[in-house]
Amino acid sequence: MTVTAPLPEQQEPTLQPTGHQGDQRRQSRALSIFEGNILRQATIDSVRKLDPRIQLRNPVMFVVLVGAVVTTIEFVRSLIPGSGLGADRFFIAAVSVWLWFTVLFANFAEAMAEGRGKAQADSLRRTRTEAQAKKLLPNGEIQIVSATELRRDDMVLVEAGDLIPGDGDVVEGVASVNEAAITGESAPVIKEPGTDIRSSVTGGTTIVSDYLKIRITANPGETFIDRMIALVEGANRQKTPNEIALNILLASLTIIFLLAVYTLQPFAVYSGSAVAVTTLVALLVCLIPTTIGGLLSAIGIAGMDRLVQFNVLAMSGRAVEAAGDVDTLLLDKTGTITFGNRLAFEFVPVGGHSERELTEAALRSSLADETPEGKSIVALAEQKGVQVDGVALRGAELVAFTAETRMSGIKLNGDSTMKGAVDAIQRISPNAPAELGEAADRIAREGGTPLAVAHNGEALGVIYLKDTVKPGIQERFGELRRMGIRTVMVTGDNRLTAATIAREAGVDDFVAESKPEDKIGLIRAEQAEGKLVAMTGDGTNDAPALAQADVGMAMNSGTQAAKEAGNMVDLDNNPTKLIEVVAIGKQLLITRGALTTFSIANDVAKYFAILPAMFSTQFPQLNALNVMRLSTPHSAVLSAVIFNALIIVALIPLALRGVKYRPVGAAAVLRRNLLIYGLGGIVLPFIGIKAVDVVLTVLHLTA
Amino acid sequence: MSTSATSQPPAGSPQTGTPRRRSSVRGLIVTSILMTVVLMVGTGIIYPLVMTGLAQVLFHDHANGSLIKNARGQVVGSSLIGQNFTKPQYFHPRLSAAGKGYDATSSGGSNLGPTNKVLIKNTIAQANLIRKENNLPANYPLPADAVSTSASGLDPDISPAYADLQVPRVAKARGLSQATVLALVKKYTDGRTLGILGEPRVRVLQLNIALDNTKK
Amino acid sequence: MPSWLIGNAIAQWALYSVLLLLSARPVGGYMYRIFTGQRTLFHPVLRPVEVGIYRLTRVDEAEEMRWYTYLLAILAFSIVGLLITYGVERTQQWHGGFFNPQGLPNVTPVLAWNTAVSFTTNTNWQNYTGEATMSYLTQMFGLATHNWMSAATGIVAAVALVRGLARRTASGVGSFWVDVVRCTLYLLLPILFVFTLFLVWQGVPQDFSAYTVAHTLEGTTQTIAQVPVATQEAIKILGTNGGGIMNANSAHPFENPTPLSNFFEMLSIFLLGSGLVYMFGKWVGNTKQGWALWAAMFILFSVGFFTAAGFEQNGNHLIASQAHVQTLATSNQPGGNMEGKEVRFGIVDSAMWATITTDASCGAINAWHDSFMPLAGLVPLTNMATGEVIFGGVGAGLYGMLMYAILAVFIAGLMVGRTPEYLGKKVESFEIKMASIALLISPANILFFAALAIVGTWGTAAIFNPGPHGLSEVLYAFTSMNANNGSAFAGLGTGTPTLQPAFNFYNVTGGIAMLIGRFLFLTPLLAIGGSMARKKTVPANLGTFPTDGPTFSILLVAVIVIVAALTYFPAYSLGPIIEQFLLNAGKTF
Repeated sequence: MTVTAPLPEQQEPTLQPTGHQGDQRRQSRALSIFEGNILRQATIDSVRKLDPRIQLRNPVMFVVLVGAVVTTIEFVRSLIPGSGLGADRFFIAAVSVWLWFTVLFANFAEAMAEGRGKAQADSLRRTRTEAQAKKLLPNGEIQIVSATELRRDDMVLVEAGDLIPGDGDVVEGVASVNEAAITGESAPVIKEPGTDIRSSVTGGTTIVSDYLKIRITANPGETFIDRMIALVEGANRQKTPNEIALNILLASLTIIFLLAVYTLQPFAVYSGSAVAVTTLVALLVCLIPTTIGGLLSAIGIAGMDRLVQFNVLAMSGRAVEAAGDVDTLLLDKTGTITFGNRLAFEFVPVGGHSERELTEAALRSSLADETPEGKSIVALAEQKGVQVDGVALRGAELVAFTAETRMSGIKLNGDSTMKGAVDAIQRISPNAPAELGEAADRIAREGGTPLAVAHNGEALGVIYLKDTVKPGIQERFGELRRMGIRTVMVTGDNRLTAATIAREAGVDDFVAESKPEDKIGLIRAEQAEGKLVAMTGDGTNDAPALAQADVGMAMNSGTQAAKEAGNMVDLDNNPTKLIEVVAIGKQLLITRGALTTFSIANDVAKYFAILPAMFSTQFPQLNALNVMRLSTPHSAVLSAVIFNALIIVALIPLALRGVKYRPVGAAAVLRRNLLIYGLGGIVLPFIGIKAVDVVLTVLHLTA
Repeated sequence: MSTSATSQPPAGSPQTGTPRRRSSVRGLIVTSILMTVVLMVGTGIIYPLVMTGLAQVLFHDHANGSLIKNARGQVVGSSLIGQNFTKPQYFHPRLSAAGKGYDATSSGGSNLGPTNKVLIKNTIAQANLIRKENNLPANYPLPADAVSTSASGLDPDISPAYADLQVPRVAKARGLSQATVLALVKKYTDGRTLGILGEPRVRVLQLNIALDNTKK
Repeated sequence: MPSWLIGNAIAQWALYSVLLLLSARPVGGYMYRIFTGQRTLFHPVLRPVEVGIYRLTRVDEAEEMRWYTYLLAILAFSIVGLLITYGVERTQQWHGGFFNPQGLPNVTPVLAWNTAVSFTTNTNWQNYTGEATMSYLTQMFGLATHNWMSAATGIVAAVALVRGLARRTASGVGSFWVDVVRCTLYLLLPILFVFTLFLVWQGVPQDFSAYTVAHTLEGTTQTIAQVPVATQEAIKILGTNGGGIMNANSAHPFENPTPLSNFFEMLSIFLLGSGLVYMFGKWVGNTKQGWALWAAMFILFSVGFFTAAGFEQNGNHLIASQAHVQTLATSNQPGGNMEGKEVRFGIVDSAMWATITTDASCGAINAWHDSFMPLAGLVPLTNMATGEVIFGGVGAGLYGMLMYAILAVFIAGLMVGRTPEYLGKKVESFEIKMASIALLISPANILFFAALAIVGTWGTAAIFNPGPHGLSEVLYAFTSMNANNGSAFAGLGTGTPTLQPAFNFYNVTGGIAMLIGRFLFLTPLLAIGGSMARKKTVPANLGTFPTDGPTFSILLVAVIVIVAALTYFPAYSLGPIIEQFLLNAGKTF
C-alpha cells in the first residue's frame, strides 16, 4: 500500500493529550456537590419520599420508618398519665425524632443524587424543541407542523438558523450544524448524505449554514435527547443486577437483626428486666445496615451522573457496572491509539544526496501544504535546523495535489520541487536510482508511508511518514494492565505495521488485517472464555460488534445504527475515554462495596454502646462492656442513634463523588479499602458515638 | 479375586457433568430403601461383628473391658473404671455423680454451673470433709480435682497432689510406713503421655489393690 | 498461670496443629481421587464390593444428577434411614437375648422421634442414657449406622457443592449414590478399621457380653456396662457425630481411656473436615484457595482454644477463696475448674476437646460444658452458632464456610471495582439469595425456638442451673440442635421422661430444629453448587478479587465474627456474659 496523496483534511484529530478535552468539558458541566437549588429541592423531596409506598422499595429504610412510627406512638403513650413512660418522655421523643431524621437523611441523599441528575436534564431539556418543523409532503409541498407531531420516516427541511426538529438521517444537502447543545462543542460540524458518520443529525441541534433534507428516524419521546433526559433524571431507573443482589443481602441482614432484637425481649423478661420498646427499636435501627441502605440508590444515580459529567451517556446502570468488570478492551488503532494521520518521522536520502539537501527540498515542497502531513514535514525539517527564507520564495507557484498527478510541490524560477507517491515521482525522474524503490519498500514494510521527493526531475530521497502513537498512551495501557485489563488493538494494517505500533503503544495484543466485521468474532471468542469485552465504534458496520460487546461505546458523531447498538454514547467522540469509563464503573462498584463494608463494620461499636445501657437496671455489672464510658444509659442509646443518622449525611459527599480509584492491582486496592472502610468502619463509630455523648452531656441533654 | 478397574472418565472432570438420565422419583425411593438397607446391614451388623472378632483376637483383655480379677478369679472391677472408696485405709477417689456414686451403668457429671449455689456448697462440704479426714489445717490448699465431681462419674484417677495428702491417713490406717505407701503411689502414677499429653495421675483402684496385697 | 502450664497448652496446641496441617494434603488428595473416580490402593479388595452394591441397589454408576435431584436423593435416603431407626427403637423389646441382653423396653414415641432425627441429621443429641435405654441392636443397627450414613451424606453434599464450583458450564453435580458408596467404602472404612483397633488397644471395649458385676474392694458390687464401644466410638468421632454409647460420652473411660486416645480422637474430628478443604482447593485448580479457608478456620480454632483454656484454668474464684482450692496448676495437680472434668484430661485437653468438637459438629464431650466457666462455655456456644465452620462437621463445615466465603466476596469484593466473583465465577443475585437464606436459617432457628422455650414452663421447667446460666442452657440446646452438634449444657433436663411437659416439648421442637438446621441449610447451598456449575469461568487477572491469600482469610474471619457471631451478642449478654460479670462480683444463684 503506497498512499501518495495527502489525505483529505480531517477535522477530527485531537492533538491534545488524551482526555484533556473531556476534562475541560467536565468542568463546564460539573456541579458542586451542594448547590443551592438542588439542596432546596432535595430537602422538599426528602419529605415527599416518606410515602410508605416509596419506602417499601428499600426494606432497610422501611424498617427504620416503622421504627420511627413505633417510637412516635410510644411518645404519645408517654404523654398519657399512668403509662409508666412519663419519666422517659424526653428520651423517647429524642430517639423518635432522630429516627425520623435517619429516614429523612437517606431520602435526602437519594434526592440529592436525583436533583443533580435533574439539573443536568433541565439543561438538556432547554434545547428540546417546541419548534415548528417544515414537513415535506410527498407532493413536494411544505407543511408547517409542530416538531412533536413528527413521526418516523417523515421528511423535513431545515435551513440555516433552524433547530433540527428530531433525530434523523440527512438525505440531501450539505450544511454545517452546531451540536453544542449536546456535546458542548461549539465548532460546527459538516453534515451531508451518504457518509456513514456525517449523515446523522440529532434533534435539538442547530443548522448554521445551508440547508438539509432529513428523514426522521425517531418518534417523539424516543429521540436521543429524550432518552438522555430520562437517563440523567433517573426517571425509570432500574436497579442493576448487582444492586438487586446487594439489596437481597441487606434485606436478609435486616431480617436477622429483626429476629435477634425481637427475641431479645423474651430473654430479657426471663432475666428479670423487660426492655423498653424505644430502646429495642433503637438497637434494631442501629444494627441494620442503614448507612448503605440509605445511600445505595444515591450511589447508583451518582455513578450515572459522573458519566454524564464526563460527557458519556450510559443507556443503563447495568452498562456502567459492566464497565467496571471489563477484562478486555478492543481498541481501533486509528484515532484511538494513533492520531490516525501519518506524520513525518525521517528523511531518507538516496543516490548520494545529503540528508540536508533532501530536507530542504522536502521543506520547500511542503511550505504551502496545509495537510497534517505537510505541516509535520515542516515541523520535522525545522527540528533538524533547516530554515527556508520566505522572501526568496515570493512569487513561487504552488502545484496542488490532483488525483491524476498524485503529487504536489512548488515551482519557482523554473525550479520545481515535488513530493508525492513514489511511482509518480519515479515517472518524473526517469533515472531515479533503484535505491529509491528499495527505501520506499522498506518503509512500507515497516508500516510507514513513503513520500518521494524530486528536485527538477532528480529524485533526492524519501520522506518516511509514520502513524504516530498518541503521547502518554503507553502509560495508560500500563494502568489498564495494573487494573487487570487486557488491551487488544484492532487494525486493518498488515502484521508488520500492526506489530510496530502495538509495540510502541504497549498494547497486550493486536489483530492485524482485520475488517470491521471481524470484530464481532473477536468479541465472541473473548466472551466464550468468560471475559467481558469493551469496544468503541462509530460506523454502521461496527453496530453488530457494539451490540455484542458488554460495553459498546458509540461515538456521538457515529451513525444512528451505531448509537442504537452500543450501550454508551460518547458525546466528545473520543474513543480513549473508554479507559475513564472503565475507571468510573470500577469507582461505582468500589463505592458501593466500601460503604457496605463500612456499614456492617459499624455494628461492633453499636453493640458496645447499647447493650450495657439496655440492661443497666437489672445488671449494672454489664457496664463493664461500656468501653466508651458513655455517661448514662439514655445518652448511650441516643448517641448511637444520632451517630447512625449523622453518618448517612456525612457520607453523602462520598456517595455522590465516589471513592477514589487508583489503578493498582486488586490485591492492593482491597487491602487499602479494607483498612479504610473495614477497620475504619469498626473504629470510627467508637469515636463518633463517644463524641456525640460528650456533646449531649455538655448540653445536659442526657435525661 | 479379579480386579475390575474403573474405566469411566473421572466424574469430576469439567467435560462431564451433563445429566445422563433423569432419575425418576420412584427410582430414587427404591434406591434409597435398598441403599439404606445395604449400608445398615454392612455398617451396623457385618462391620461391628467382624471388628469384634478381630478385637477379641488381637486385644482380648482390652476388648472385654480391662477387667481385674482377684486371686479367686472374681472380677473386682475394671482398671479403667473408678470405684467408690470411703474407708480410711483406701485412697479415696473424686466425687461422683454417676447414679448414687460410681454406678457404671449410669455415667455422668454434676452439671452444676459455676454460679450455682449448690456447687459452691458441695465444694465447701467436700473440702471440709477432706480436711477433717486427713487432719489438714483449715487453710490447707486442696487440689482442684479433690473437691470437684468428675465428668464420667467413673474417673479412675486422682491427681498426685490429692494422693499425696491422703498418704498419712492411709499409712496410719494400715499401719504402714508413709514411705511404703508413697512408693506405691509413685508406682501407680502415670506421667503425661510423650511428656505433653494429658495430666499426671494416680490409678486409684490398682493402688488400693496393691495396698491390700502389701504385707505389713 | 505458671509459665510451664502455658507452655503445655501451647505445646499441645502446636503438636495438634502440626499433625493436622500435615494430614490435610494426603487426606484431601486422597478424597479428590475417590470423588473423581480414580483408582485407589483399596480397589483390588473394595471395587468388587462397590460394583456389587450398585447392582444390588440399582444404581447407574455413570449417572449425573442436577443439584435438585442430588438433593432429593439426600432427602429420600435420610427419610428412609430415619423411618427405619424409628422402627427399630419402637420394637426394642423383641430384639432378643443376644441383641438386647438387658431386656430394655421399647423407646417412647417422642424420644424415638427425637433420636431418629438426631442421628439422621448427624446431630446425635441424646435425650436418654445410652446404657440404660438402648439395646445393642438399636445402638448398632439403628444408631451407629447413621453415624456412617449421615457422615457420608454431609461429605458428599460438600463434594457436590465443590463440583459445582469447579465445573464449567455443566448442569450436573455428580451422583449422590455413587458418592455415598465411594465415601463409605474407600474413605470411612479403611480409616475406621485402623482407628477402631487403635482404640481397642488403648482400652476401649468391643464385646457383646452382658454387663459384668464386679465385687468391689469395699465389699459392694459395681455393674460394669461394656457394650461394643470401639466401633461406634471410632465412627462417632471421625464422622463428627458425637453420639456416645455411654451417657458420659467421651468422658467415660471406656470411650476415651487415655490421653493418647483423646489426642487421636481430637485429631480424627478435624481430619476429614481439614482434608475436605484441601480437596476443595485441589479440585478448583488452586490449592491456595483451600489453604486460605484452612487458615481462616485455623485462626478461629486457635482463638477459641486459648480463650476456653484461659478461662478454665483461671477457675472459679468463689471456690478458690471459700474452699481454699488451688486454681493454679502445679506439677502434681491440674488446678483450674475441674468440675465435670476427668483427671487424665485436666484443663488443657478438656478445653481443647470442647473447642474442637464444637468447631466441628461433633457432639461428643470429654468434660461437661454446663460446668464450664461462663466465658469458656461461650466458646463452644459461639462456635456452634456461627455454623460450625471451623473445619466443621464432615462436609457441613466446608459448605458452611463456602457460604461465608461467598458472602465475604460479595460484601467486600466490590471494593476492588468488579462485580463479585468467586473462583472465577460471578456471584449474582441467585447465589446471594441462596446464601442469604442459608445465613438466615441459623439465627431464625436458634432464636425462635430458644425464645419459645423461655416464655413458658414447658421450656423453663427443664432448666437445672438457676440465674443467667439457665438461659445459657436453653440457648445452648437449640444452638447445638440447629448446628447438628449434639453436645449440651446437659443440666437442662430434656431427657427426663417424668419432667412433663418439658420432655415432650424439647423432644418435639428439638427434632424440628435439627431437621431445619440440617436440610434447610443444605438446600440453598446445593442450589448454589448447581447454579455455579452452569456458569462460565472468568480467568483470574490482576483486577480479580484475590481469594487465595491471607487478606481473604482475615476478611473471612471478620465476616464470621461480625455478620454471624455478633448477631447473638444481645442474647449472650444475658447469658454467659452477664454470668461472668456476676460471678466476678461474687453473685451466685
